[in-house]
Amino acid sequence: MAKTSSRSRMSNEINAGSMADIAFLLLIFFLVTTTIAEDKGILVKLPPWSDEKPDITQLKTRNVYSVLVNAQNMLLVRGEEMDISDLRDNAKEFIANPTRREDLSEAPNKAIISLKNDRGTSYRTYLEVYNELKAAYFELWDELSRRKYGIPYSEDMSAAQQKVIKGEIPFVISEAEPTSFGEEN
Amino acid sequence: MSKFQKKRGKANPAVSTASLPDIIFMLLFFFMVVTVLRDAELKVKVTTPFATELTKLEEKSLVNYLYIGRPEAKYQSVYGTRPRLQLGDKFADIADIPLFLEQHKVKVPENKRPLITSSLRVDGDVTMGIVQDVKVQLRKSGQLKVNYSAKKKAE
Repeated sequence: MAKTSSRSRMSNEINAGSMADIAFLLLIFFLVTTTIAEDKGILVKLPPWSDEKPDITQLKTRNVYSVLVNAQNMLLVRGEEMDISDLRDNAKEFIANPTRREDLSEAPNKAIISLKNDRGTSYRTYLEVYNELKAAYFELWDELSRRKYGIPYSEDMSAAQQKVIKGEIPFVISEAEPTSFGEEN
Repeated sequence: MSKFQKKRGKANPAVSTASLPDIIFMLLFFFMVVTVLRDAELKVKVTTPFATELTKLEEKSLVNYLYIGRPEAKYQSVYGTRPRLQLGDKFADIADIPLFLEQHKVKVPENKRPLITSSLRVDGDVTMGIVQDVKVQLRKSGQLKVNYSAKKKAE
């Protein structure tokens, strides 16, 4: 008897009033969780254009880290062939010069990276090299930040701290006019 | 048997359609959110390389896009297969860059103009020659903030 009475109640309509709330809940959930594909990349500050050629003769050779990338996408670093995977550690050693070697940079703020490529160098290789050099500096900044302030280096640090770090290890990269070799079809 | 038939007759299976508009709106909003509006149709093939030291471009209104790559197959009969520059939605020459930058600049409030960034979306297989020409033209036009667009490399 009791069973039949509960069955007859089922014919009532389901209350749909809360459906809109559920819909909005889902909507907000998706709004929060979906990320719009954003543009990311390597941020670079180009040097201002000047018609005079920069004079690099008064730079000491020990302070210049020359990187050449040729049209065959091979690397020549300070006169020696190098694999791209070794570039980061080598650059770090050059900039920081922890063992005070005579042939590496005098001080991190005197080190200059000179990057030169052919017109036939592939963009992928160029960006890879640039990425490695930037990564070398980033790792040095990170180490210095941990030593000085005990926190990892990031863009969220106070501007003053970032300035101190970048003042001690400035990111100086000079890009020479490429040689017109291996220009493609 | 008779028991079953009785039950069916009693239940009134009218599904409420009152929430249908909400569901439709939800779907609409969802697609509105996930769809990335591309301001320009790509006429060149661009597959950006991978990198690790990436910076996010924050304000989209302060970014102008320069695409460099080989023309898509359907444009190759007219424009050839050499890498080309695309500004906005059409093929362009290096000499068109200053005008393109100026057209973007006037839309930006004056106090934010120094923050304008040029996003170079360059195909990984393109050689540096054309990229170099674009860079020189950007420097001559005083547009020094440049972003080499790249994808995050999984480590």
